[in-house]
Amino acid sequence: MELETCNFSYCKRPEMIEIETDLLLIGGGMACCGAAYEAARWANPKKLKVIMVDKAATDRSGAVAMGLSAINTYLGENDPKDYVRYVRGDLMGIIREDLVYDLGRHVDDSVHLFEEWGLPVWKKMDDGEAVDGAHPAKKLTEGGKPVRSGRWQIMINGESYKVIVAEAAKKALETNRQATGLTENHYERVFIVKLILDAKVPNRVAGAVGFSVRENKAYVFKAKAMLLAAGGAVNVFRPRSSAEGQGRAWYPIWNSGSTYAMAFQIGAEQVLMENRFVPARFKDGYGPVGAWFLLFKAKATNALGEDYCVTHLEKTKALYDPYASKLGTAIRNHMMMEDMKLGKGPIFMRTNDAMAELGKTMTPKQMKHLEAEAWEDFLDMCIGQAGVWAGNNIEPDKTPSEIMPTEPYLLGSHAGCAGLWVSGPTDLGAPKEWSWGYRSMTTVKGLFSAGDGVGASGHKFSSGSHAEGRIAAKGMVALCLDEPDFKPTLSQTIDQLVGEIYLPFEVYEKYKNYSTDPYVNPNYIRPKMLQARLQKLMDEYVGGISTWYMTSKTMLDSGLKQLEMLKEDANHMAAADLHELMRCWENLHRIWTGESHARHILFREDTRYPGYYYRGDFNKVDDKNWKCFTISKYNMQTKKFEMSKRDYVQLVAD
Amino acid sequence: MPSYVITEKCDGCKGQERTACMYICPNDLMKLDRDRMKAFNQEAEQCWECYNCVKICPQQAIEVRAYADFVPLGGNVIPLRGTDSIMWTVKFRNGVLKRFKFPIRTTAEGSVNPYAGKPEPNYDNLKKPGFFNTSSDLRKI
Ligand SMILES: Cc1cc2nc3c(=O)[nH]c(=O)nc-3n(C[C@H](O)[C@H](O)[C@H](O)COP(=O)(O)OP(=O)(O)OC[C@H]3O[C@@H](n4cnc5c(N)ncnc54)[C@H](O)[C@@H]3O)c2cc1C
Ligand code: SF4
Ligand code: SF4
Repeated sequence: MELETCNFSYCKRPEMIEIETDLLLIGGGMACCGAAYEAARWANPKKLKVIMVDKAATDRSGAVAMGLSAINTYLGENDPKDYVRYVRGDLMGIIREDLVYDLGRHVDDSVHLFEEWGLPVWKKMDDGEAVDGAHPAKKLTEGGKPVRSGRWQIMINGESYKVIVAEAAKKALETNRQATGLTENHYERVFIVKLILDAKVPNRVAGAVGFSVRENKAYVFKAKAMLLAAGGAVNVFRPRSSAEGQGRAWYPIWNSGSTYAMAFQIGAEQVLMENRFVPARFKDGYGPVGAWFLLFKAKATNALGEDYCVTHLEKTKALYDPYASKLGTAIRNHMMMEDMKLGKGPIFMRTNDAMAELGKTMTPKQMKHLEAEAWEDFLDMCIGQAGVWAGNNIEPDKTPSEIMPTEPYLLGSHAGCAGLWVSGPTDLGAPKEWSWGYRSMTTVKGLFSAGDGVGASGHKFSSGSHAEGRIAAKGMVALCLDEPDFKPTLSQTIDQLVGEIYLPFEVYEKYKNYSTDPYVNPNYIRPKMLQARLQKLMDEYVGGISTWYMTSKTMLDSGLKQLEMLKEDANHMAAADLHELMRCWENLHRIWTGESHARHILFREDTRYPGYYYRGDFNKVDDKNWKCFTISKYNMQTKKFEMSKRDYVQLVAD
Repeated sequence: MPSYVITEKCDGCKGQERTACMYICPNDLMKLDRDRMKAFNQEAEQCWECYNCVKICPQQAIEVRAYADFVPLGGNVIPLRGTDSIMWTVKFRNGVLKRFKFPIRTTAEGSVNPYAGKPEPNYDNLKKPGFFNTSSDLRKI
């Protein structure tokens, strides 16, 4: 098909707004909110401008939009070295220990701030009783004891978690407006489409372009330092749900791989993009199981009551040791699926047995409280699961509930580690090549990342993403202060950029009357079908649910051929309104993310993450050849992905 | 569980430029039909059921109907969010009712004073570990 271009012959040209700043924060989630808080403090006295751009309303954007019921990373009395050991064990041996340790020694301060700002944190009183966060008690900083549901997790009443964190970030941005005289520095409902390299300095980012989802305005932000922290990626794979329920992905349906795609397109290195997260969750509603396992000590078994983590352990060890014995998240998934494939499903979380067990030592009043806690776990962060239970008449103390592995997601801050390769701390004995530049900077100068965007360092969670955003903010300020005279110059003209962004409008307007149904038209593809095509091919060739996460070289080769054509067809995306324009670009970001994922899986010739995906042609963990980081980089000249290995170095002893 | 708007209750946020539900939906799903002055969810199968539109609607006009492709009819989950706590009513298909109340914040909305009582940054520490308000002398491996 002929290449389409946009000269605004058919659609209306938007107003183009150019904005210059020192620091630009792309995203408004935990990482960017942390960055805004830290950055403004350092930036204000130096009159550096800080701007945040979020595709949604920051009060309720990102993965914490609904709320959370636990903060999963709070070290407290723990040694960061143990945190490194735990993360390494869960992620099959390969992590950036410098990044993980650094996070571990920084994270608690963010949690203390959350509590100061008003986040209710459960406390353990002197008599051992657990009380919720509204109960008068000492703060964590005053020696108050959190209620731990696991070694690293603490319980909160987190319905308004994001609102509270956003409030602090917005106030911080306000202080920056006062310090710099900026009239506006928080743009909501602006979707960033792509990044632009500098015209003069090679391999340096200069700008970010996007558009308003509310009015016909396009934006170019020029910045000296950018934090790209727009979350991970969902909906790259076909979801288990087939109709309305497709919105109920575990991962927030609005994070579409923008971080990975935009960084990749300008040549930033990515690491471990073969990694994915396939959480085992309550079936259909994808409600959290963590509190049930950790706090209520519930057990999951197959339908016959057998514990699959016992019955399959020996066989699993034979294939995947030394990691299988650690019973990490991926390995537990693997053993559960072994039973499902044998027809021993459904798998049940024995909530009723757990409640009965707890009932033995608890008063009825305590039991009632416990029941409320169990429901709060859903109502704080996965309300849909409460709806699934209500609709199915499931009372957890009476009926066990099914659990099921979800479709795959790509992320770097939860129990996954796909993402960008960034510069680490210098004082932890890591190889020099791991800290070549400003802290948290990617291999493109001026481009930083945090949270879900940073690879090889999972288990940061909400608190860690906030803390990591703050760490990155300091690196960004340092760069701006070191190079006060740098002036970003765009390597593309404004006309080119705005034409590119609005191309789906042009295509739609040009052809829409050719057929009588604007959805079925040979000249273009609407974003919904673009997404469906991506999901189907990723599912069938790249190890989705329909093959039980199984793939191989031959399957990946076929899938990549299809992906190439899909990418070409993205030139024919069509959008009828601004909402659909956003969907077009979201899906393009998903396509790039999917391609990177597929190429990494193809490159790594072992099954590093059994339970998340399998290489049928290399179905074992091969530490001899593959205990290393896999790195990819997109070469803009040749338009090819370049893959390489990088040594893993252990910094914390076993 | 897609959100839906009860025709009778929605007043289109009185014709303001942007409605509360449009403002808050993280996935840009709520849309105002200007002819009828009623909001609707424009892509029900992209709804995360995060309930943010439900919680914010001043008319309590938005509810959620469980995803029809896997949840039997008849249950519902309804929040009432105040300034310091939230109340939930969970109704089962068989009529069982459960009510819960949880705290949501311990400070007044809008009261966060981000840097109150916090030190000024020390630029000598900018390239060292630590935050502007914490020591730069942190633990090492
Ligand atoms: C279902 C689920 C449950 C979780 N449970 C817990 C828990 O119990 N405890 C815990 O501590 N952690 C939990 N986490 C982890 C935590 O939510 C994440 O680690 C954290 O939110 C990651 O922060 P982030 O800033 O990287 O991404 P997010 O917080 O997701 O923020 C991404 C931001 O980018 C914006 N954005 C995306 N694309 C664009 C674009 N193109 N242009 C502009 N803006 C864009 C979004 O609007 C959003 O503001 C959970 C995560 C999930 C998904
Ligand atoms: S917030 Fe409520 S009243 Fe306002 S437009 Fe939306 S549904 Fe209608
Ligand atoms: S429930 Fe959440 S995702 Fe669904 S329409 Fe409301 S705000 Fe949007």
